[in-house]
Amino acid sequence: MYENPDGVMIGLEVHVQLNKLKTKVFCGCSTDYHNDPPNSHVCPVCLGLPGSLPVINRKAVEAAIKIGLALNCKVEEHTQFYRKNYYYPDLPKGFQITQYDFPISSGGYIMIEGEDGEHRVGITRAHMEEDPGRLVHEGTIDKSKYTLIDYNRSGMALIEIVSDPDMRSPKEARRYLDKLRNILEYLDIFDGDLEGALRVDANISIMGGQRAEIKNISSHKGAERALLFEIVRQKNVLRRGGVVVQETRHFDEAREITLSMRSKEEAHDYRYFPEPDLVPLKISGWAPAIKEMLPELPDARRMRFVEQYGIMDDHAKALTSERKVAIFYEEVAKIADPKISAVWICDVLKGELNYRDLTIEAFRKEDMLSVIELLMSKKITEDGAVDIIRTLLDKGGSPEEIVKEKGLLKVEGDIVSTAAEEAIKENPVAVSDFKAGKEKALNSLVGSVMKKTKGRADARAAREILLGKLG
Amino acid sequence: MASINELIERIHADSSEEIVTEYLEKIEKSKLNAFITVAKESALLRAKEIDSQGHDGPLAGIPIAIKDNISTKGIATTCASKILTGYIPPYDAHVIEKLKEAGAIIIGKANMDEFAMGSSTETSFYGPTLNPWDTTRVPGGSSGGSAAAVAGGEAPLSLGSDTGGSVRCPASFCGVVGLKPTYGVISRYGLISYANSLEQIGPFATSVRDVATLFDVISGHDPRDSTSVDRETNYSSALINDVKGLKIGVPEEYFAEGTDKNVEKSVRDAINTLEELGATSVEVKMPHTKYALSAYYVIAMSEASSNLARFDGMRYGLRTEDSDWHTTFSQVRAAGFGDEVKRRILLGTYALSAGYHDKYYLKALKIRTLIKQDFERAFRDADVLIAPTMPYPAFKLGEKIDDPISLYLADVDTVPINLAGVPSISLPCGFSGGLPIGMQVIGKHFDEAAILRTAFAFEENTDFHTRQPEGS
Repeated sequence: MYENPDGVMIGLEVHVQLNKLKTKVFCGCSTDYHNDPPNSHVCPVCLGLPGSLPVINRKAVEAAIKIGLALNCKVEEHTQFYRKNYYYPDLPKGFQITQYDFPISSGGYIMIEGEDGEHRVGITRAHMEEDPGRLVHEGTIDKSKYTLIDYNRSGMALIEIVSDPDMRSPKEARRYLDKLRNILEYLDIFDGDLEGALRVDANISIMGGQRAEIKNISSHKGAERALLFEIVRQKNVLRRGGVVVQETRHFDEAREITLSMRSKEEAHDYRYFPEPDLVPLKISGWAPAIKEMLPELPDARRMRFVEQYGIMDDHAKALTSERKVAIFYEEVAKIADPKISAVWICDVLKGELNYRDLTIEAFRKEDMLSVIELLMSKKITEDGAVDIIRTLLDKGGSPEEIVKEKGLLKVEGDIVSTAAEEAIKENPVAVSDFKAGKEKALNSLVGSVMKKTKGRADARAAREILLGKLG
Repeated sequence: MASINELIERIHADSSEEIVTEYLEKIEKSKLNAFITVAKESALLRAKEIDSQGHDGPLAGIPIAIKDNISTKGIATTCASKILTGYIPPYDAHVIEKLKEAGAIIIGKANMDEFAMGSSTETSFYGPTLNPWDTTRVPGGSSGGSAAAVAGGEAPLSLGSDTGGSVRCPASFCGVVGLKPTYGVISRYGLISYANSLEQIGPFATSVRDVATLFDVISGHDPRDSTSVDRETNYSSALINDVKGLKIGVPEEYFAEGTDKNVEKSVRDAINTLEELGATSVEVKMPHTKYALSAYYVIAMSEASSNLARFDGMRYGLRTEDSDWHTTFSQVRAAGFGDEVKRRILLGTYALSAGYHDKYYLKALKIRTLIKQDFERAFRDADVLIAPTMPYPAFKLGEKIDDPISLYLADVDTVPINLAGVPSISLPCGFSGGLPIGMQVIGKHFDEAAILRTAFAFEENTDFHTRQPEGS
């Protein structure tokens, strides 16, 4: 049982950009703007020109319902859009179309790996809104002489997922974000690698204080850092006899600190009211069909992998924690031995990718199959296989070429046998130690054999041969 | 004054260019200030095009004036506000697309109250429009330029917009016909919003027939407006000179204290005329009418406070000297909006604020529901309702402009119709001291056919609509 000594309560508001939709949420502009010049994907509607009117993108509503269902939420009967009124240069209409009462879905949960095992985090609501434009400052925000506005992003569909304050540590917050992103990727509704795809605001309080809302968090790691800083700050305030007040704070990513933006007294009055230009939408009828089409989600896939492939739960979890890895694994396991595939993908390939900050796309499944095939036919050693994987990632080529170039083909048994005999002759101390009962002395003999065979011997086989000759 | 049919004949005999030139000359000589922008070059160019290439649209070669809050591609659209100085829309409103398809020629952009906020066209940044019947008087508003242009013979047709009476009021004051359709019948795409849940674009002409023809052109479904309805209609075919069996409801609340005696008499006489033609009349009760004005202003101002937030000088329109954005936003809005617009933004902001939202905005919505129910009940006993459009004929310029409450009170008979979303047509039904009097015929939702037919029969049997102001 996790004690949570400081009474930490964390709730997250995650903005997910539906960047896999073809068009924006209220107009026909293309969402594929990331490599195009500023203000090249705009029209009267997303520029908020006088007289323009929004029309809801039904695919965006479908995606929002998908998300609601995947987060175990209840999809509402009716949904309604509201105006959130505030002035900001990136907001071309002077209000944001969002939701208030009657969000698309509410009252769900997801399971994460918590401080003390499986932990449930409630989902308050998941609602739809439009993205504002993007401000580009010349230099830094406080010293900038001018600011440019790019409205390409304006009107992109966003889903805001609000969690209950159920996370008890920054680590849990990070795991929640990882899990959420994973689920969203399974739904195939957004590309998390695109700029601005997932943005986080965090609410955090500790026992004896009010909550602070932290804005401007742009990564999972950033969220963890910001929350860690914030716990220390709030504890220090309380320790000095101060009061932790309700306020909005800004995360300075470079300095890894949070700075006060405005207090509760200065909070905006957004003057929400129903958007007259969008009629209420009856969506209760949409949910069943969407539920039918919902893809297999990470938790279900993890259970299936254990059952279908007989692999360990830890491996299944690691394989399913990224949708692309899970797909990669299933393609490999269709041809190669599923258990061995799981071991090599989880324990070796993922680590090597991580070390190089690469994604699974950097490795071809054909190469994985070749490496496993070489291993299974005992043509290479395990060390050789690792070497091939590293070389493929660093220099490219094909496994067969690498084997040839590096001379990684496993040596024949009689060569190992000869090397073992030599090793016994050359290391009388180790031999007598072993015979005196020191099992570890065998390791230095194995090492000697490996040295003589330039690593091409199979270490396990060398050990067996040595034992035979010493026995 | 020429009807559409007469103009079409003349265009065939002479040319559209000649007709357009005549109207342009009339506008040039006029002192009414009905136009903010005259689209002389593009209008003549289009007329020549139609003359040389031919066009088989129902309005081929016919000029039309457009209220300056309807977006016209390539023609400045100001909403009669300084804040939109220099703004030229890059797109056409849905109704403009329809008009162009029908062959109509946009002759200019008509004056109006700034952002359609007013009932006299005196709040225009470009100065007031004068009433063609008496140039010391207002033409009504907010579509005063559109009504005055038609009444003064400066355009045979025009478009206005009606949020709380802004088509019917000037139609009444200028002695022309103006229609406020059922909410959703004409696409608002391209209409610069004042209060989106209340307003509709509406046609003006000198006769019910021409109003119906224009209405046929501009109505119909538009997927770019989510509140636009999809219905097959042909309003011109509703024009039958026969009201036998028609049940007219007379809401006594619309003849309340403050209604000019001559206005009351003219409207009651008109009902008698229709009865002589075979209609019957019955008194209907609309008990919540007295709350309509307050509810209307709370809702309209609330929506306006949000709709007008976009005018910040960042992308188009007036721009003051650059400073940080807070300062620039404030300076642009302080310099760009007139007093009435500022008043409504402030009141609307207040009504939506935390702590006041329920007391004002939410309460107004509840009253709106009660008003709708008043209409539903009334229409159980009646096919159409007839009432004065305005409680009095056109008032003097300057008479009410410094007293906003008294100006708001002028809308007492028009705003309930917008709250309910039902259609209403205003047409001339009498004169008082040389000034026209208008009555409105109000219909059930989507029953424009009934009010057009009633108005048409009245017109066919009277001659009020044939009278013209001197010099028009």
